[in-house]
Amino acid sequence: MATSVERRVEPVVRRRFLPTIDVQGIGFAATLASICLLIIILMGIFAPLIATHDPILMDPTQRLKPASNAFLLGTDAYGRDLFSRIVYGARISLIVGVGAAIISVAIGLPLGLLAGFFRILDAILMRIMDGLMAIPSILLAIAVVSLAGASLWTVLVAITIPEIPRVVRLVRSVVLSAREEPYVEAAIAVGSSLPKVMWRHLVPNTLAPLIVQGTYICASAILIEAILSFLGAGVGTETPSWGNIMSEGRVYFQLKPSLIFWPGLVLSICILSINLLGDTARDLLDPRLKQRGGEK
Amino acid sequence: MSEPIVEQSVPVLRIEDLTVETSGARPAPILNGISLEIGGGETVCLVGESGSGKSVTSLATMGLLPKSALAVCQGHVLLEGEDLLRASAARLKELRATRMSMIFQEPMTALNPVLTVGYQIEEVLQAHSNLSSLEQRQLVMEMMEHVHLPDVKRIHGSYPHQLSGGQRQRIMIAMALILRPKLLIADEPTTALDVTTQRQILKLIRELQSELGTSVLFITHDMGVVADIADRVCVMHNGRIVEEGSTNAILRTPRQDYTRDLLTAVPALTPREPRNETSREAILEIVDLVKIYSTKSLFKPRRETVAAEKVNLMLRRGRTLGIVGESGSGKSTVARCAMRLIEPTSGSIRVGGQEISNLSRSALHPYRKRIQMIFQDPNRSLNPRLTVGESITEGPVNYGLSKSDAIAKAKELLELVGLPADAIDRHPHQFSGGQRQRIAIARALAMEPDVLVADEAVSALDVSVQAQVLDLLDDLQERFKVAILFITHDLRVAAQICDDVAVMQNGRVIEYGPAERVLQYPQQEYTRELLDAAPGKGWDFPNFRPLPANTPTGSFNQ
Repeated sequence: MATSVERRVEPVVRRRFLPTIDVQGIGFAATLASICLLIIILMGIFAPLIATHDPILMDPTQRLKPASNAFLLGTDAYGRDLFSRIVYGARISLIVGVGAAIISVAIGLPLGLLAGFFRILDAILMRIMDGLMAIPSILLAIAVVSLAGASLWTVLVAITIPEIPRVVRLVRSVVLSAREEPYVEAAIAVGSSLPKVMWRHLVPNTLAPLIVQGTYICASAILIEAILSFLGAGVGTETPSWGNIMSEGRVYFQLKPSLIFWPGLVLSICILSINLLGDTARDLLDPRLKQRGGEK
Repeated sequence: MSEPIVEQSVPVLRIEDLTVETSGARPAPILNGISLEIGGGETVCLVGESGSGKSVTSLATMGLLPKSALAVCQGHVLLEGEDLLRASAARLKELRATRMSMIFQEPMTALNPVLTVGYQIEEVLQAHSNLSSLEQRQLVMEMMEHVHLPDVKRIHGSYPHQLSGGQRQRIMIAMALILRPKLLIADEPTTALDVTTQRQILKLIRELQSELGTSVLFITHDMGVVADIADRVCVMHNGRIVEEGSTNAILRTPRQDYTRDLLTAVPALTPREPRNETSREAILEIVDLVKIYSTKSLFKPRRETVAAEKVNLMLRRGRTLGIVGESGSGKSTVARCAMRLIEPTSGSIRVGGQEISNLSRSALHPYRKRIQMIFQDPNRSLNPRLTVGESITEGPVNYGLSKSDAIAKAKELLELVGLPADAIDRHPHQFSGGQRQRIAIARALAMEPDVLVADEAVSALDVSVQAQVLDLLDDLQERFKVAILFITHDLRVAAQICDDVAVMQNGRVIEYGPAERVLQYPQQEYTRELLDAAPGKGWDFPNFRPLPANTPTGSFNQ
């Protein structure tokens, strides 16, 4: 009998959909990460209020100025204010990051559910996903952007497509194990329709891993967007994005390193923060890791 | 068993006033001053229900308490006079395997799946002796013969998954005893095994014990096992030892109410009084049911496993039919086919005269509600994220009952199964195992079924809770005239609840008839073996006395 359970404490209290998060357990690094990310998000939302200049206004008289009271971080080769451009760049990065995460989950979740539940669909869907995974995302992005023209939306699509198979695989694996749970069989036995079984009994199980995967997708999308912009295959060159700023700054890199340093720094902090939060979310949502953390 | 072959002077293990609390901000006591003593060559059974602290006692002795969760506050654990609680980690490591060792409930998880079992036994020798590898191998082979493993050469090079459960447990025992420790702690070592295997393992432990003079601390919840193996018994309840004494004394003249309750809850092996048939209506008929699992592969020949072969069963309204058998005998397959949770390969299943084995998913819908299931593990059969009410009302709502009516009905049912009506808004984890099983029963009853399929529905529960749930099922059957298909490996439980019994072996029904005939006068050799292997079969626990030697079940093979 269940004697081994004796030494375990009461099971983790769960709310209906989202597992509860034990806020006390969040460490120093995660706190710092959330503060950094919060600043970047606020920067993106209130960009017009924070920016000191119009980010695309060129002023040939003010080219490559050093940092001063008028230009907090100096100006670029066209006389545009670097600080304002970085502030506006947060918008692009966040839209691409969050957008890619949401869209890939929205498409991957139903596909993963279907693949996990129906064996015939599984074979077909997973082979398609294997094929998609074989395409390098940057090459695909370059192809899509050159076919459809450079815009925020084409970049978003190009970045999202290769992320979908990862979500599908994740959801599928969760469904494969969860569908063996007796409560799923019990639901079938009381005559629940398959969509109902999936929605009520399977989807909640996938949420915790999806939240974690979502943060990683978000970070990698931001990074890929920056790389694409840097390569000149990203959002239009007139749009201020961190990748674009670095790309244009590359020419004057030796003359004025701050053109690459500042956007690069903000980008790194942003990615690091998101990944740290993802790790924290994983630890908090996984009861096994939680136990181990407590043993320290 | 009853006279210990001991010189009581030097206790091998002596636990004094051991207190263990949960660590953390608000420590809660788990063990409250446990004291016990095991002499040389003696077997002491720690018996109690889940949560009584049996396993914590054994883990504290081995120095294996999870440090993050539990901490020893006071007391001494003396192994041949040496205090284990004050020993260094290195010293404890040295003592484990050489002076004390442990075997666990589930040998599959205790063995490393990627190493051969022979190597895993040798590892113990490598760590604690300096024999040459040839000597090691020889010693391991000898030990494996000692635990009566067949074909020692082959098994030495086998991986755990290639062995049966009983063989794996023998490997664990070989590993535990190869260094001839003074103390063996066995934590429910036979609970996961079939009865016939259980009997062999118990016999083996007894045999090795008398041969090697090992003392055994045997943890179990099963009074039958206690009667078979123990010299002395310690009854645990809520972290205390409530009663201690020789096996005979505890079984014959228990002093504490708790011990008395434990013993009276053990179902008797003699079948219940036959009940009059109230109705001739056959509510569930299974005819020539066949289920074959086949693995298709491009490169390998098709492999077929016959899980059920030509099974014929019939169940009348208000009656209980038990399917008994060991694991792998196909009893669950039959139940799940009847539920159409898996598709039968051929044969027919008729519920109230309606053939359901070939209905499509949508055509099956109206008949689903007529046959409902109670699962083995109530921790897993209720969705942890849904409230009790949501779980119970899910079915009726599927069949068109309005939400408010369904909730009213759920409240009624909860009271009927002995839970407060306000349980409806709580989550499953707030209930004990027995209460959860009651909720699962309420969920099945909410569908107003004609047939209840109970697949090992009381196997995961403590005996006292088991007895209550069986009583509940009996009451509900009276009230609703529901037929029950009761699947169990436990012949005692089958004897208590079934009108008819079908014995299954290797996918076939080998014996089928009224319970009192099958269980009292079995025709088949296999049925006899099963009955014979039931632990504690010589005892009439509820009446605190041994069974007279000449009852029909006890007459053969002794």
